[in-house]
Amino acid sequence: MSVSIDARGPRWSALITTFVLAIALITSSVWLIAFQSVIFAIGALRGPQFTPYALIFKKLIVPRLKSPATLEDVRPPQFSQGVGLAFTLVAIIGSATGATGVFTVAVGFALAAAFLNAAFNFCLGCQMYLLILRASK
Amino acid sequence: MRENTPVKTFIPLAIVLVSATGYGLWYQRTRGEFRKKKTVNGPKLTAAIVGTELGARATMVQFSSAFCTPCRATKVLLEDMVKTLSDVRYAHIDAESHLELVRKLDIRSTPTTLFLNHAGVEVGRAMGTPKRAQVHAALAAIH
Repeated sequence: MSVSIDARGPRWSALITTFVLAIALITSSVWLIAFQSVIFAIGALRGPQFTPYALIFKKLIVPRLKSPATLEDVRPPQFSQGVGLAFTLVAIIGSATGATGVFTVAVGFALAAAFLNAAFNFCLGCQMYLLILRASK
Repeated sequence: MRENTPVKTFIPLAIVLVSATGYGLWYQRTRGEFRKKKTVNGPKLTAAIVGTELGARATMVQFSSAFCTPCRATKVLLEDMVKTLSDVRYAHIDAESHLELVRKLDIRSTPTTLFLNHAGVEVGRAMGTPKRAQVHAALAAIH
């Protein structure tokens, strides 16, 4: 049985991620992307409930929320963090090799996913995982 | 002058936000919506394939995966709904361990729920968590 976490946590983290990626896209800042990739790496490897964004949510936001927590499986948001990590790594490689177009497109996709999650409760794992499986196996 | 200093531009951000908003609105509107199958000669599913006896009138076959938040809610809803319907059955399939079937039926996302008629032929499907009323309407159309 997998771990369950507060369902509102990943959406909060997606909101912060959206702002960080948006600023990185406007300023073409590879350092900001490197920072976000570390966050994604923690979320993908240890779990999305252990990132600094999730800790802010737990310490500062949860005590101020009135609605009760609904629990959800940790695996879907963890998968999304992994996809985010992949996009930011591509962006970093693009920037390091001088391919600024690759940087912009990769950050753009990561931003789109984070924004869709925050604004529309979009489930990245639902839309991508089966397609990846079908393509790879 | 060479571009060594990063240039501030809002164009990529605008493109991403506009297209993602467009997609997001479409995504939200179409989740759970019952889509009628256009051709009626689809593959016939049997009790052996779906893992449960077929319903006398209809069967709902849900495909789920591990990285899918709305799959559990869909399962809870559909399981609850068939309790009061004696001629409708519910079957749950893990997509990951049934990739061949997933390819054959062209399942692209989870949760996807197929609506089968009494003969086990798909009449339509819904992607995402449907609303109770949407499931009622879809089932009412199957005779």
